[in-house]
Amino acid sequence: MPREYSADELLPLSGIQHFLFCRRQWALIHVEMQWKENVLTAEGRLMHQRVDDPFFTEVRNGVILARSVPIASYRLGLSGICDAVEFTSSPEGVKIPGREGKYLPIPVEYKRGRPKSDPVDEVQLCAQAMCLEEMLSVSIPAGYLYYGETRHRTAVNLGNELRELVQKMAGEMHAYFERGYTPKVKPSKACRSCSLIDICLPNVQEKATSVANYIREWVERD
Amino acid sequence: MKTLSNVLYITSPEVYLSLDGENVVVRKDEHTSTRLPLHNLENIVCFNWQGVSPALMGACAERGIGLAFLSPNGRFLGRVTGKVYGNVLLRKKQYLISEHESQCVPIASSFLIGKIYNSRKVIERALRDHGLLVDKDTLGRASAFLKEILKGLTTCKHIPELMAFEGSAAKIYFSVFDQLILQQKEDFHFEERSRRPPLDNMNSLLSFLYTLLTNEAMSALEAVGLDPYVGFLHADRPGRPSLALDLMEELRPVFADRLALSLVNRKQITGKGFTQKESGGILMDDDTRKTVITAWQERKKEEIEHPYLKERIPFGLIPHVQALLLARYLRGDLDAYPPFFWN
Repeated sequence: MPREYSADELLPLSGIQHFLFCRRQWALIHVEMQWKENVLTAEGRLMHQRVDDPFFTEVRNGVILARSVPIASYRLGLSGICDAVEFTSSPEGVKIPGREGKYLPIPVEYKRGRPKSDPVDEVQLCAQAMCLEEMLSVSIPAGYLYYGETRHRTAVNLGNELRELVQKMAGEMHAYFERGYTPKVKPSKACRSCSLIDICLPNVQEKATSVANYIREWVERD
Repeated sequence: MKTLSNVLYITSPEVYLSLDGENVVVRKDEHTSTRLPLHNLENIVCFNWQGVSPALMGACAERGIGLAFLSPNGRFLGRVTGKVYGNVLLRKKQYLISEHESQCVPIASSFLIGKIYNSRKVIERALRDHGLLVDKDTLGRASAFLKEILKGLTTCKHIPELMAFEGSAAKIYFSVFDQLILQQKEDFHFEERSRRPPLDNMNSLLSFLYTLLTNEAMSALEAVGLDPYVGFLHADRPGRPSLALDLMEELRPVFADRLALSLVNRKQITGKGFTQKESGGILMDDDTRKTVITAWQERKKEEIEHPYLKERIPFGLIPHVQALLLARYLRGDLDAYPPFFWN
């Protein structure tokens, strides 16, 4: 297996959705190690706490459901935890320890909200699938996204376009991380729902006031 | 803006703190206890001997709630901190800059420009509000002098030069400080700054307020991932939170000096609350300390417009915002560090 990254260099897979949402947000969390919670993130965390149980494996109608599955891809340089992986009996599948027959792994990712207009969740799911593919030497054509608000899951086709996007994002994340670089802010409507708004201070750069001028102006005041 | 979270001050020496679920339990004796939810707490400052339970220390560390221990007299003893916040790259940048005088000067001068601007503002406020009670000429001269120093600071190229300007500014500022005390002159007067120990009531009050401010500055710096012990103006010395002292410079006149003056001038505290020990050192009693802390907390809730961000924020967030702006400058997002100017 070609290994582009060492275990030491792996970045958190979950970061790929932050990166796609806002590169600066990702850098604040992963490069600057800053984190602030708001209602949205707290809800997401609680939901994952409920889903998260690494010692829980369920068999239902011949489908094995494994929760909190640790995954990594040394080619992408990402590692993380899959909320759930469904193993369905299939001749295209792989053998798994302690089970008869062959199974095809399908990643399932749980999200608190509803489907979004940007493919942030799809990209994260696809990255998970690519990890599983690398670890199990199998092809995974699709995965599922489950949304807490709609209480429905949608099948996501993991096509080439999505895979290329994952590859590109992972590469950029590593480039930023190596430089220790926090990109400049691009203020948008999304800033209002971002839990890091007070750390990011998007409007500071928006105004782009020169500090030198600011100091001069105040010092000369009476 | 970030919401101003609460600071829990434990002022009675015989209290013990422990953790129960998501709450901190304040226990005075076997029968009386108070419970407070941990969320929304930013800091716990203990002036008690009995301390806190290890479980509570862990919970604070995990949630990023500052936990500091001070002796009942307000002398700093220690802090419990969890994982180091922020980025090792940012801290390395901080260390690197601290090694190069030419790179320290612009930051250090911002701190001092803020300090002297705000000191001058304290004098100007007294002139404006109590023009008939104060010696207008002396205060006016001091104010004009500080303004000259302010201009001089902007051209400094070396730290000793900055320190010299700061020294003259402090001298002139403290030389008129006594004139800003308008009430209870028999109990509160000011000749010069004394610290270890404070030798009069006013110095004792100032020292106590500076301690509260130091703690806030340290928490703010840690929260944005900076090392409070490596400064740009104050030289490194083991155990001295140099960067917190740097950051405090611009905040002292607003947070401490001005508050001390109003507490005395409004007679919220009196000379009875202070005891002189045999050595000459002054001790503050429990009730006075409580009054000071209450006034401090009230002050933090007052809203102002931040001069650089142009956003309304509570006073209590200023140390946090300044620490953040400093981190943003070190990261290269800003062309200089913008001091806080009090208006």
